[in-house]
Amino acid sequence: MDYYLNLINTIGIHTLLGLSAYILLLTGQLSLAQAGFFAVGAYTAAVLTVILGWAILPAIGLAMLITGLLAFLVGFPALRVRGLMLVVATLAFGEFVRMFFYNFRWRVIQDGVEVGPDGTMGFSEIRYFAEHGWTSWEVTSLIWVFVIMVMAIIWWADQTRSGAVLRAVGEDELAAGTVGIDVTVVKVAAMTAGGVIAGLAGSLYAHQITMLDHHAFTVLLATFAIAYPILGGVSNVFGTLVAVIFIQGLLVEGLRFLGDWRMLLFGALIIVVMNVKPRGLFDSQTLRWMKNVLRLRLSRRLS
Amino acid sequence: MLEVKSLSKNFGGVKAVWKLDLAVNAGDIFGVIGPNGSGKSTLVNLISGVFPATAGEIHFQGHSLSNLSPHARVKAGVARTFQNIRLFPGLTVWQNLWVARNSTEDTRAEGISYRWFRKSGPVKNEIDDMLEFSGLADKGDELASNLAFGEQRRLELARAAATKPRLLLLDEPAAGMNQEEVRDLDKRIRQLRQQGMTIILIEHVMELVMGITDRIAVLNFGSKIAEGEPAAIRENKSVQEAYLGQSEGS
Repeated sequence: MDYYLNLINTIGIHTLLGLSAYILLLTGQLSLAQAGFFAVGAYTAAVLTVILGWAILPAIGLAMLITGLLAFLVGFPALRVRGLMLVVATLAFGEFVRMFFYNFRWRVIQDGVEVGPDGTMGFSEIRYFAEHGWTSWEVTSLIWVFVIMVMAIIWWADQTRSGAVLRAVGEDELAAGTVGIDVTVVKVAAMTAGGVIAGLAGSLYAHQITMLDHHAFTVLLATFAIAYPILGGVSNVFGTLVAVIFIQGLLVEGLRFLGDWRMLLFGALIIVVMNVKPRGLFDSQTLRWMKNVLRLRLSRRLS
Repeated sequence: MLEVKSLSKNFGGVKAVWKLDLAVNAGDIFGVIGPNGSGKSTLVNLISGVFPATAGEIHFQGHSLSNLSPHARVKAGVARTFQNIRLFPGLTVWQNLWVARNSTEDTRAEGISYRWFRKSGPVKNEIDDMLEFSGLADKGDELASNLAFGEQRRLELARAAATKPRLLLLDEPAAGMNQEEVRDLDKRIRQLRQQGMTIILIEHVMELVMGITDRIAVLNFGSKIAEGEPAAIRENKSVQEAYLGQSEGS
């Protein structure tokens, strides 16, 4: 059971990570920085609960705030680079963050034991959930409450004028400026929002996995983060969720029996999906099809 | 309303616009014509803030536009259309107008919701009016990329008008239109002037320019070679030379 709960937790956390990249993708910014924000959120929240003894929710809150602030600061230089150069710049930022935590030491003695981040040794003993009697189900529920809340907020925002403005900037920045949209404000706001959500994901990750190692925050994670919304499509948030389930559930876990050949099939399957559904797994056509199917089923039930 | 003084723009060694002076009065429809490459589109880009000028000034209603970003100029009341239509293809017709709609009079709440206020309220009414005006009333939910060419042109015009500008720059709006579409465009431009907009019309389609403008400036190689009322411009020798001096196809 724990195995499946772990998988569900991973899917939830990666969905948040994917959504943080999704918001940026809407504005046309392809960002590999999300893993970096994820790491900042993770270490910040863990330090708050382990060393400073904070409760989990305030710790997550402050971690989100700090990560958001960092993302806000990153947002401005990010404006100066376009397209692939932004990918490179954000990749560099992510690696910078990872190297920072590779060196970060803050050890304190608590109840006779040394705890805290220990540079290259990582940050283990993040035992908040165990020490406070959380069951596995409660942890999973906490994660998914956040996932659902974030999905709902993004979905709602997409129905408003702000959502249309974000997408307009992503479609054509020049034209957007010409119709009175302040492109700077939009892009920095998106970067900040993406940072906040990645920080949330990281905070939950740290406490769920109970130990942080810099190897978890490499370019590979950053690539996963951006792969989810690309594969899922930018039509709506469900695409990202489906993409995470597909990649984490089907490919990473489901194909474990294939051993190392898994990676080959992994890559091949992604190429196939991108060719068959270039606008993402969950594009507007699929949604319309699903709506029609549901309508048909409902009308049959009622008649 | 708009004063351009000694405006110049160089691209490397090319003088796209050179020491240009223009004055447009409020409520006018002011035409700018000239052979291809004479600097007309560059002029629009300079006034709307897409490029910074190399030299010279642009004054709009007494204020200098020099250091304003494109979006700040829109807020100041200057809007433009693009020669090669730059709609937001992934957004619907309604959304294209919605993001452009100048919402300074709105409360935050009105500006925010698409779904809720779609059914009622000043936002919905205004956008519906704009759809009516462009003959796109039944196409609100259509993706902009799915529209026919003529419809896209009408949407491009409506979107610029949606920002409620004082000055509207139209960059070759009649390009590729047939006679009937040109007559329709003529009507709609007049309607916009009636609503209080001043219009600068960059065009090649002479029947539109001659029929609708109050004054015309003629550009060649980035400088003004003539200015005056349509009838005078038609007779002007140097204008004729500038056009006829080109190869047959202009």
